[in-house]
Amino acid sequence: MKILVGYKRVVDYNVRIQVKPDGSGVVTEGVKLSANPFDEIALEEALRLREKGIATDVVVATIGPADCQAHLRNGLAMGANRAIHVVTSEAIQPLTAARTLLKLIEKEQPDLVILGKQAIDDDCNQTGQMLAALWNRPQATFASKVEISGSTAKVTREVDAGLETIEIDLPAVITTDLRLNEPRFTKLPDIMKAKSKPLESIPLESLGVESGDSLKTTAYAAPPKRSKGVMVKDVAELVALLKTKGLV
Amino acid sequence: MSKVLIVAEHLNGKLNSSTARCVTCAKAFHAESIDILVLADAPDAIAAEAAAIAGVGKVLTVANTANAHALAAVYAPQVVAAAAGYSHVLAPSTTFGKDLAPRVAALLGVAQVSDIAEVLGAHSFKRPIYAGNAIITVEAPATATLIGTVRTASFAAAEAGGSAAVEALSISAELPTHTRFVELQQGKSDRPDLQSAGRVVSGGRGVGSAENFSVIYKLADKLGAAVGASRAAVDAGYVPSDMQVGQTGKIISPELYLAIGISGAIQHLTGIKDAGTIVAINKDGEAPIFEIADIGLVGDLFTLVPQLEAALG
Ligand SMILES: Cc1cc2nc3c(=O)[nH]c(=O)nc-3n(C[C@H](O)[C@H](O)[C@H](O)COP(=O)(O)OP(=O)(O)OC[C@H]3O[C@@H](n4cnc5c(N)ncnc54)[C@H](O)[C@@H]3O)c2cc1C
Ligand SMILES: Cc1cc2nc3c(=O)[nH]c(=O)nc-3n(C[C@H](O)[C@H](O)[C@H](O)COP(=O)(O)OP(=O)(O)OC[C@H]3O[C@@H](n4cnc5c(N)ncnc54)[C@H](O)[C@@H]3O)c2cc1C
Repeated sequence: MKILVGYKRVVDYNVRIQVKPDGSGVVTEGVKLSANPFDEIALEEALRLREKGIATDVVVATIGPADCQAHLRNGLAMGANRAIHVVTSEAIQPLTAARTLLKLIEKEQPDLVILGKQAIDDDCNQTGQMLAALWNRPQATFASKVEISGSTAKVTREVDAGLETIEIDLPAVITTDLRLNEPRFTKLPDIMKAKSKPLESIPLESLGVESGDSLKTTAYAAPPKRSKGVMVKDVAELVALLKTKGLV
Repeated sequence: MSKVLIVAEHLNGKLNSSTARCVTCAKAFHAESIDILVLADAPDAIAAEAAAIAGVGKVLTVANTANAHALAAVYAPQVVAAAAGYSHVLAPSTTFGKDLAPRVAALLGVAQVSDIAEVLGAHSFKRPIYAGNAIITVEAPATATLIGTVRTASFAAAEAGGSAAVEALSISAELPTHTRFVELQQGKSDRPDLQSAGRVVSGGRGVGSAENFSVIYKLADKLGAAVGASRAAVDAGYVPSDMQVGQTGKIISPELYLAIGISGAIQHLTGIKDAGTIVAINKDGEAPIFEIADIGLVGDLFTLVPQLEAALG
């Protein structure tokens, strides 16, 4: 079985994002970039399926600017067999990302596609679902457990009401939630080995993808700040304050 | 003029309040008409609840055993069929809407605006990105159907008092069988629902164990509050995942939020930004939670929380 993994580069989750003073964007110059945490989980799941003998080939794919190569090498060092870099200098929106990934599906014919449930920069939470729709295949979003047997998968999903289990026919798209697994750390020798693994670059223009980027971001603003509150010295003072506010 | 179709969220024959929150969002851009679509195996009782929301024009129902569970792959083609003639299709930004709406958008070949937090116009919205660290203004083309998910914490539920007509739709869309419901393990709880509760008490890693969480439950029960948790508390297995509050958990806006033994990581704060009053109890006076708490109390939770519970009589 072949697995295609979405592996997007985002601003590291520890970075405190600042909006530019003129509202034209957020400051991304010089900030640390890392793999989207949900995509590391996606890759880890694919690697575990390979280690169990269920998968043979794990391909990581990213759509992003030319300097994403080092990022993809990280995915190869973590254990992917191959990498595909769809090169674009444009910031594409989820529908375009999904249409692009569909082109890769047509080319690679994977049995399973694993993406993150959301990228922690734009927090769109759309790409996997859109891809499944365009591919006309099942989707199992927010996965916290995946069991493959033959040509079906049983996926447990973290939904608001609890844990939902669905059964899907493969091929399909799965999107990962945080508790699916804990990604491994990359070992130094693997970083060396990754240098010789195949990394294919494809210009986005060459794929003939119709752009779905119809949304315009016209302003960026810092979120409204909550003003600093008061400190109370004990429970009695806390209760008194809650009472004056009419909260208890 | 905008004609809005809202996809109803429901479970066990009951309408979720997220639906009425979407109605408020649609009212904010002065929609000409607001209709609700109920896909279910037995939609009548749910439709009656939807029809009672003030401001709703029509409730459309599709009764089909295939709709017994909210499978996005099964619902999406039906929403697409029902969406003809509408300018907007809205769903709540809950796991239900997040699963379904992008599938609908892709079938229609249009973009989706996720997590609408504020309405500036029928095609202009504010939404949070980067875990709420930035708020963007997004303009969508007026020429295409607008698919949006509504950040439920940002909109109050529209009140009851309506009496909309209920119409059965027959939809001939072909429904896939490649996706099958197996089971739903629901957290059994008599406590209020975390997403709509007026008061929420949350515990973090500081609580230390599943057993210790009883101090949180006791306080919550005294307050009639729902119980939430940080990711660290969920990951450590103290409580089930459906209790997680934050960027990747539930986004909530209770009047009163108590954060107990929670440090206040940005991903957690994203989930409670819209709370009315935030109270923090933490033994570390330097914990970031105190930077945003309205009322802070430094000390050991195992002493303070039982005291608080007792003081509330
Ligand atoms: C108006 C607008 C302006 C933007 N401006 C910028 C900008 O200035 N700079 C910038 O960096 N970004 C910008 N973006 C964001 C960027 O284009 C996003 O990558 C795109 O919108 C996808 O959204 P998401 O990553 O939140 O998708 P989600 O749906 O949250 O992603 C889910 C999953 O899909 C997969 N995936 C998504 N995108 C990719 C990808 N490119 N490669 C591989 N896998 C992927 C991953 O597995 C990911 O976990 C902008 C977006 C919009 C809408
Ligand atoms: C992609 C991503 C998404 C995430 N999404 C979420 C999310 O949705 N929700 C979320 O919550 N987190 C999320 N996180 C995790 C987040 O970064 C933090 O790790 C998490 O919120 C920490 O939980 P905590 O505050 O309970 O634990 P800690 O940070 O360990 O804090 C525990 C606190 O308890 C206090 N304490 C300890 N003992 C006592 C005592 N006896 N009495 C009083 N106080 C005590 C300590 O002083 C400390 O401040 C996410 C992280 C990532 C990377």
